[in-house]
Amino acid sequence: MSDAQTRRLPAGGEIDRSRRLRFRFNRVELEGHPGDTLASALLANGVRMVGRSFKYHRPRGIVTAGAEEPNAIVQLGGDEDEPNARATTLELREGMQARSVNCWPGLRFDLGALNDRLSGLFAAGFYYKTFIGPPGDWNLYGPLLRRMAGLGTAPERRVERSCEKRFHHCDVLVAGAGPTGLSAALAAARSGARVLVVDDGPVPGGMLRESTVEIDGMSGREWAREAAAELDASPRVTRLERSSVVGCYDHNLFNVVERSPPLSFVDERLWKVRARRVVLATGASERPLVFADNDRPGVMTASAALAYLGRYAVRPGAQAVAVTNNSSTYSVVRALADAGLEVAALVDLRPQPPPALAGEIESRGVEVLTGSAVVRALGTREVRAAEVASLARPRERRRIACDLVLCSGGWDPRVHLHSQSGARPRYQPRLACFVPGESPLPQRSAGAASGAFALRDCLREGWEAGVETCRDLGFSVPAAETPRCSEEAPLEIEAHWESPAPAARGKAFVDLQNDVTSEDLRQSVLEGFRSVEHVKRYTTAGMGTDQGKLGNANVIGVLSRALSCDPGEVGTTTYRPPYVPVSFDTIAGRERGELVLPARRTALTDWIENAGAVMFEAGAGYRRPLYFPKSGEDMAAAVAREALACRTSAGIYDGSPLGKFELRGPGAVTFLERVHANRWDDLAVGRGRFGWMLREDGRLLDDAVTFRLGEERYLMFVGSGAALHVEAHLERLLQLEWPGLPVFLTVVTSQWTNICVCGPRAREVLGSAGVEDDLDTPALPFLTMREMQVAGVPALVARAGYTGELSFEVNVRARDGLAVWKALLRAGEPLGLTLVGSEASMVMRCEKGFVSAGFEGDGIVNPFDAGYGWAVDMSKEDFIGRRSLARDARVGGIRPKVVGLLPEDATFVPPDGTPLVECGAPLDSPPVIGYVSQACHSPNVGRAIALAVHDDGRRRIGERIEVAAIGRRAAALVTRPCFVDAAGTRMRD
Amino acid sequence: MMLIPCPFCGPRNEDEFSCWSEAIPRPADPSSLSDAQWVDFVYNHRNPKGPVREQWWHARGCRRWILVERDTRTHDVLSASAAAP
Repeated sequence: MSDAQTRRLPAGGEIDRSRRLRFRFNRVELEGHPGDTLASALLANGVRMVGRSFKYHRPRGIVTAGAEEPNAIVQLGGDEDEPNARATTLELREGMQARSVNCWPGLRFDLGALNDRLSGLFAAGFYYKTFIGPPGDWNLYGPLLRRMAGLGTAPERRVERSCEKRFHHCDVLVAGAGPTGLSAALAAARSGARVLVVDDGPVPGGMLRESTVEIDGMSGREWAREAAAELDASPRVTRLERSSVVGCYDHNLFNVVERSPPLSFVDERLWKVRARRVVLATGASERPLVFADNDRPGVMTASAALAYLGRYAVRPGAQAVAVTNNSSTYSVVRALADAGLEVAALVDLRPQPPPALAGEIESRGVEVLTGSAVVRALGTREVRAAEVASLARPRERRRIACDLVLCSGGWDPRVHLHSQSGARPRYQPRLACFVPGESPLPQRSAGAASGAFALRDCLREGWEAGVETCRDLGFSVPAAETPRCSEEAPLEIEAHWESPAPAARGKAFVDLQNDVTSEDLRQSVLEGFRSVEHVKRYTTAGMGTDQGKLGNANVIGVLSRALSCDPGEVGTTTYRPPYVPVSFDTIAGRERGELVLPARRTALTDWIENAGAVMFEAGAGYRRPLYFPKSGEDMAAAVAREALACRTSAGIYDGSPLGKFELRGPGAVTFLERVHANRWDDLAVGRGRFGWMLREDGRLLDDAVTFRLGEERYLMFVGSGAALHVEAHLERLLQLEWPGLPVFLTVVTSQWTNICVCGPRAREVLGSAGVEDDLDTPALPFLTMREMQVAGVPALVARAGYTGELSFEVNVRARDGLAVWKALLRAGEPLGLTLVGSEASMVMRCEKGFVSAGFEGDGIVNPFDAGYGWAVDMSKEDFIGRRSLARDARVGGIRPKVVGLLPEDATFVPPDGTPLVECGAPLDSPPVIGYVSQACHSPNVGRAIALAVHDDGRRRIGERIEVAAIGRRAAALVTRPCFVDAAGTRMRD
Repeated sequence: MMLIPCPFCGPRNEDEFSCWSEAIPRPADPSSLSDAQWVDFVYNHRNPKGPVREQWWHARGCRRWILVERDTRTHDVLSASAAAP
């Protein structure tokens, strides 16, 4: 054993004395053993002060031995670089580097400690009082406060941690592997259920790890080990160590974080567990008592001292004074005294504790002071004495020298998961704590988690919960053989939250992490706060990284006294996941970078990326080319070149992301009639038609082009971004509204590669690519589709497109897509065939004024407003949206219309969404009469153009309005929404 | 995360589904309705506190639309069934 480990006992505990681990704390090299936590190793080395507090920068020490810890929060350096690590649950590793938080320049001398003297400025609600409004200036204080606040610093570099997720299903989830959880798991496992047992410790046992009580003739630790071995031997049981159940969600879904999973290469694993039944055996945590300067290093919960002694063979001090309001502390003091820790006195707030208990420890040389309280802890950087007063004569004070004050204000069942299920815990006055209420989910709380604190009761309740749960599920239940332990008396407690004898000075803390005192709580009550939720937010009690796990019960207790009511009337604040902090790495798992949203790819995406296209995330998860720059070209030049080529020679683009639906059946034509605004019953085989699909409110859902391939067979093309919405819409109608309509809808989006060749030389390109069919208009007019051979493979070739030019859409099987694409490019090269990205397509749609549901379809514009009255047949009896259009017409009023705009400054391209105002309207809040839906520089018109939605705009054609861009008002001429080939002859002839 | 018993796939996680709205059948003859009645059908839904029958789409599963009866207070799923034939 290292000499520096002065507080380590020569024997006992769960540590491996044969190996030493070196670590650094605040740059000082120290040693511990495998099995230590950082906290136990620090205590073994005699380190008492581990950090300073959040607000007043007071010296702080280790208070607990578990996840409740509010003080011992450290910053990990070196390879880990992690803020907010809890020293009490952090397993010691070789080379670990940790440092204190909230202190500058150093832990012992810290400038921020001045705040302790200025505490008047930092009372309840200080954010609002001191720093906002005269004389404070938040802009001045805010940054300063933020630098001083917070626990630790965010890492500056990316720390590579490997995390993954796992899904798991089980019959019974047992949360906790203490005596209750192990007992429940044994019962469930013996019945044949699939069981998942989760415990946060590195070894099973929970409080049995330090208990001195025997179970079934074994020590608690041995019994836990044997129980775990039996569970591990069962193929239907999964047992996780170092794992926390952090959240409970609807229908018994649980999140479990497993740290350092065995036999794996990951640092953390997030389990998503769906459990049919749940046994919550999460135990209870001991709460401290509130008295003046109860935050001095050396004040800790009684059970924590026992844990350090029993698990790690560490004596957390040399001489202790214990203070309690309940019977549990007697056995703790007895065990500590037996282990050689000198306990000067046990101070019991109760006037008459059971004489048998007192006698047992008095015989060990511990003075028992009944009806007395610890009024104040003396000492600054650590406790030097406790000031004690008899409640009968509160003015008489006695000092007892000690370097450790062990306190117990009672036990709080860990009702967090229970409460997350939607239950309200209820106050149990006999136990002075909140116990589980009724859970709406199939869950049972058992043992200390339900208020049964005695070991005997934990074993029995756990067993019964396991048996009852399995009986619910229909498993054959094992014969009752509850594990037996030596007798132990149930908890006896008198409700005390704060020391009843007030100290002359000193702060009495209820929330150690956020530096909230009992005086702050009383102050907020004086200021009119009543609800515990409001007091929480005003004082910040319970809002630290520990979420008030240690302090909330005392907050409620002190509030109940200040409000002169029962703690049950105060109630608890809302418990929210996660129970312990979870890192973003763990939540993300493998879903990082490219895997956050895996991109959909067409048969041509690889080729397009290799061709040097600038890609972007388009709708429906596709990555598409934005433009294809030539060397030295910027975006504007590339887009202009591409858009110009389509109207002067030829362009080619990948239209495969277009949504494609095949409709078959005798009801297909009726279906098309009902979902479109226009007529479909007169469409000949081989012909296609454009149509708007509307929502039931008469607004634009999406436009579609549909070809009739056979008597009862249609192929529909819809916009790529809206494809999923359109599919949901059509399937909903088919399955729910018209289930009798004989139509099958099949999504064939990725079955077809769609290549669009457009421009005046498009015919020549196809001809050069070996198309022998007649492509002239009489043989293949606009909106017709023929099956023909392209580049030697079968293709469905359609006269259609989105550019307003002569245009052919070549649809081939996806497996032929790349070959056909290459053949068309080869054939087109001498003809000036140009690769076209999505940006140029948008420029061309803007030039043509093709209304897009994604731009002009704003939830108000209907097809008449959009200028598509020719595609609406109100003489049809019914179609989706017709009734709403009829109402629009009857209501009348000013409707927004789609128009074109020509900015007078031909180089000014207003941003999408720019408001329109009347010429000469006031600069400040002018009435808005519309907005720019899309604007661009048009290489074919040679100037800036825009589409806009403008109130009553069709009447305003030829007039001037202004576009009110940020920082610029510019006049523009209202035009018809078409800037190129208004007659549409290029597309049709 | 609710567990929805899809009649075609068995119990599946809520994130495989999309919820559309309360299951109100489309009127057989919309033109026979007054404007006020039609507006009620399109816009004014009940949003009740308690059991409600809704249309859900198993978008990331079998792609069937199903009817789910759900208690909006507790998220209890009371039933889940296929639509008519």
